[in-house]
Amino acid sequence: MRNFVEMKFSAKLRNVVFARAAAAGFLLEHDLRLNIVNEIKTIISEAVTNCIVHGYLSNEEELVYMSLEIVDDKLIIKVVDTGTGIEDIEKAREPLYSTREFEERSGLGFTIMDIFSDELTVLSTPGEGTTIIAVKNIEYDAV
Amino acid sequence: MLNVQIVIKKWVLYVRLDGELDQYTVDGLRTRIVELIEKYQIRYLVINCEQLEFMDSSGVGFIIGRFNRLKKVNGAVLLCSMNEHIYRLVYLSGLHRICIIKNDEEEVDKFLGVA
Repeated sequence: MRNFVEMKFSAKLRNVVFARAAAAGFLLEHDLRLNIVNEIKTIISEAVTNCIVHGYLSNEEELVYMSLEIVDDKLIIKVVDTGTGIEDIEKAREPLYSTREFEERSGLGFTIMDIFSDELTVLSTPGEGTTIIAVKNIEYDAV
Repeated sequence: MLNVQIVIKKWVLYVRLDGELDQYTVDGLRTRIVELIEKYQIRYLVINCEQLEFMDSSGVGFIIGRFNRLKKVNGAVLLCSMNEHIYRLVYLSGLHRICIIKNDEEEVDKFLGVA
């Protein structure tokens, strides 16, 4: 089984709810367990928020790219920005690390994405942008 | 979208959240709560999550911020009525080690002695 959707939207924080809802809508017909859907929504929320706040430094003229692909029992979530990029990916993935502590961010975005994903790949080039690829094994409700 | 209902009893601020807590909704909430904590000399912040459907790490950051503030007056943050998703996030982020967790507001009132 294969199913695919992709979208581009303005880098506005109000669009994070759209990204989550779009994913939930895409998955609706696949009858996934509620906790799996919540984990997927959380991964997307963290990834898209990172693009807007860190990648684009809240420049709302920019665009966030997101695609969702189901291949058999895996969901592949891809979230891309063409913003500032990450200097030190290992550091960024450490729990509680935040480049903007004064803004009261928890520094847990990557940690939560890591825990909720079955595989998480972060590709980033300073000055060119960041791509997050999260793979989630999806279990279907027994019919 | 996030709807917020606020009740103040003595030094306790009750915040009942309805909707989704993310980076977009947390900013408005923070402004209101920070102001109320200062204005009413609040010691205990009770966050009722009964109608809270979704939260991400932005909400965790907000709660850590209020914990740090109330710690200075020997107060605390209490969380109650969490659904499975919110509870899991609270547990994974370690918030359960710095906040007081209760099943519902009734338990909170008993604990604080403000019923």
